[in-house]
Amino acid sequence: MSASRFRFPHVEMPEVAVQLRAEVREFLAEERASGGFVPMADCWASAMSPEYSRKVGQRGWLGMTWDKQYGGHGRSFLERYVVTEEMLAAGAPVMAHWIADRQSGPQIIKNAQPHVRDQIIPRIVAGDCFCAIGMSEPNTGSDLASVSTKAEKVEGGWRVNGTKLWSTGAHGCDYMITLLRTAPPDAKARHEGLSQFIIDLKSPGVQIRGIADIGGQVHFNETQFEDVFVPDDYVLGEVGQGWQMVVGELALERSGPERFLSSFIVLQEAMRVLVTNPSDKTREVLGQLVAKIKTLRRMSLGIAGLLEEGSSPEMEAALVKDVATRFEREMLEKLRSILPAHILAASNGLLPTLLREGILRVPSSTLRGGTNEVLKGMIARQLGMR
Amino acid sequence: MSETDSIIFDTAQRIFEDLSTAEVINAAEDGQWPDELWQAIEEAGLALTWIPEVNGGVGASLMDGFAVIKAAGAAALPVPLAESLLAGWLLAKAGLEVGTDPMTIVLPEQAGDLVWNGERLSGTVSAVPHARSVRRLVVVVNGEGGQVLVVDPAQTRIESKRNLAGEPWDTVTFDGVEPLEQARLPADTDLDRARAAAALMRCVQAAGALGTALELTIQYAMERVQFGRPIAKFQALQHSVAAFAGEVAAINAAADAAAEAMARNNAVDGEAWIEIAAAKTRLEEAVNEGAAVAHQVHGAMGFTYEHRLHHLTRRLWAWRDEYGSDVYWSRILGQEVLNWGADQLWPRITAVSDPR
Ligand SMILES: Cc1cc2nc3c(=O)[nH]c(=O)nc-3n(C[C@H](O)[C@H](O)[C@H](O)COP(=O)(O)OP(=O)(O)OC[C@H]3O[C@@H](n4cnc5c(N)ncnc54)[C@H](O)[C@@H]3O)c2cc1C
Repeated sequence: MSASRFRFPHVEMPEVAVQLRAEVREFLAEERASGGFVPMADCWASAMSPEYSRKVGQRGWLGMTWDKQYGGHGRSFLERYVVTEEMLAAGAPVMAHWIADRQSGPQIIKNAQPHVRDQIIPRIVAGDCFCAIGMSEPNTGSDLASVSTKAEKVEGGWRVNGTKLWSTGAHGCDYMITLLRTAPPDAKARHEGLSQFIIDLKSPGVQIRGIADIGGQVHFNETQFEDVFVPDDYVLGEVGQGWQMVVGELALERSGPERFLSSFIVLQEAMRVLVTNPSDKTREVLGQLVAKIKTLRRMSLGIAGLLEEGSSPEMEAALVKDVATRFEREMLEKLRSILPAHILAASNGLLPTLLREGILRVPSSTLRGGTNEVLKGMIARQLGMR
Repeated sequence: MSETDSIIFDTAQRIFEDLSTAEVINAAEDGQWPDELWQAIEEAGLALTWIPEVNGGVGASLMDGFAVIKAAGAAALPVPLAESLLAGWLLAKAGLEVGTDPMTIVLPEQAGDLVWNGERLSGTVSAVPHARSVRRLVVVVNGEGGQVLVVDPAQTRIESKRNLAGEPWDTVTFDGVEPLEQARLPADTDLDRARAAAALMRCVQAAGALGTALELTIQYAMERVQFGRPIAKFQALQHSVAAFAGEVAAINAAADAAAEAMARNNAVDGEAWIEIAAAKTRLEEAVNEGAAVAHQVHGAMGFTYEHRLHHLTRRLWAWRDEYGSDVYWSRILGQEVLNWGADQLWPRITAVSDPR
């Protein structure tokens, strides 16, 4: 049924995914009980724990969908969906491996030289190697084609100079998938002359400086490159094809469960307080929030189902990201409006801490991965208005 | 549930396109029953979509019927097709005969609004859709489970009223009426569940109507020229229309999820109840945001009676409140969520995609 241009089919998880979900839940409960982690708001972008990521890797939950011949686990997108949504809902510290598992790994498998791929992929799968994204720069934000960090051809490789900004987690990462200018800008062909490189962050000439966010926490960085040498075989794909790769990479990450579940744990913990003497207002807010989460999950999972079938619903994915990231703010604001004053005023305890962290993280959800304004522009284009 | 497989859906859409025109919808609001439209619906057997073949129906799946209801909403259909489908579904559930003539549902907001003593029915129900135009009223009352009563409207007093969309929403008074037929509903259906099914019917219609409003809006934005270019080229409008598209996508996802849940066991079971509560709750924002953008983009032209946009937006504003507003349903869902408790919240959310 759908006399509509948008399609979000019902997805029924395979039996194996149900089993997997139970295993992940058990793992999370044990980790939390044994102090392996304390739940965090916005956990996929604010809770970095290499130890935790290694345990996840040991369980076989990284690189799940990648081909076995490259060291992946050859499992379905839906199984991966189960693992990621369970970890997000628990507020687990998944940040260290998140980007490598979500987008760098697939990019490397598709576009890296075989020997480079074979060197990196098994380590990502083991939870032993983490990646950062180097797209933004001081003068390059939404207008990604304007990157000016340069790679110049030298004997046996490339010499890189310039600055990448906002690189999430780079301080704890091994590699950065970096978008660089390999030919001078051409105003008539703005998307040409760009290439993607795998840069080893331990290379001489790389300097990573943490940047404190509004909560004083350091999750993202400024990464400077000064005459950094990158060997030829660390170019991803063809020289000059960087733009196409980046566009594909961004589409891949748009509709995942992290767009609406990054602070789900705050709702869950708030419920422990809200069950006592609930008012009608409390019922209304909980009803509204759960209605929205259910709807967003239907949409996001529907897209995972379409991806599994091999189609690429770009318009739907962009819509999900826009609606979902706006919901993240709404959820925290609405919870604030029904929680008792002593919780809002408290400076310690799990729930007050989660709430504060969540509120301080929320402005980033409509910025990272392309702002909602840029996203809306893409939707408008798909609707035929541009 | 794929629309391409569904002949009945294609047929419905063709009929609606040809016969549910702006003139027909306006004339219906002026009190003129669209005879030709209903005849085409009757001939195509659309009102029998949900009736099993053994009972003379089409025997299509519940999802096919919901697809017809969505198409009806998308066409702002001025006849009680959705109501007839739901009435027929209730009759079939109770093992009663169904015909092809227009029917409507009488589902009192408070069970106490109607008194059924086993022989005669008394009381008053307001906001009965199209009561004045139908051949049969299908009433649900509680008492030893749910009961379905079929009443001849000629035996009742009908006071003509309208909803926000100008649709006939009549007040019906039963003065000790003897029903034409009567039967007990199965244990899975009572007044509350029948009202939930009606709430879902409105969500599905609204998902269709909002989709049409979006298409009209995009089309208008491409055609209307100001400052030397189509207004679609202005970023402010592109962004509001993109947000509108998100609302259309969301309400379609929510309504489809609820319809599928009801179709699974051909009943408003516990799971469908939750999905319906979620969809009807979600509907308010979709309507509120979507209709606002639609009107803003259409400018003064869209504010005229002559322009067909109001056929959709007025229905949307009416439907979001019928059979329980977002306030009503969000409280119900909120209470369910409280009953689950913090530790069952997430498992309940994911259970929806578990295999069955
Ligand atoms: C927490 C966080 C983590 C991040 N992690 C990474 C990372 O790991 N790697 C990385 O490369 N980048 C990262 N980013 C950067 C992110 O991708 C950029 O913030 C984003 O692309 C926007 O760029 P900007 O911040 O320079 O804003 P700008 O592009 O300067 O935009 C400022 C404002 O102007 C609006 N605007 C810009 N252009 C238009 C237009 N054409 N039409 C309408 N409005 C417009 C924007 O929507 C925004 O509201 C991260 C950002 C955050 C907040």
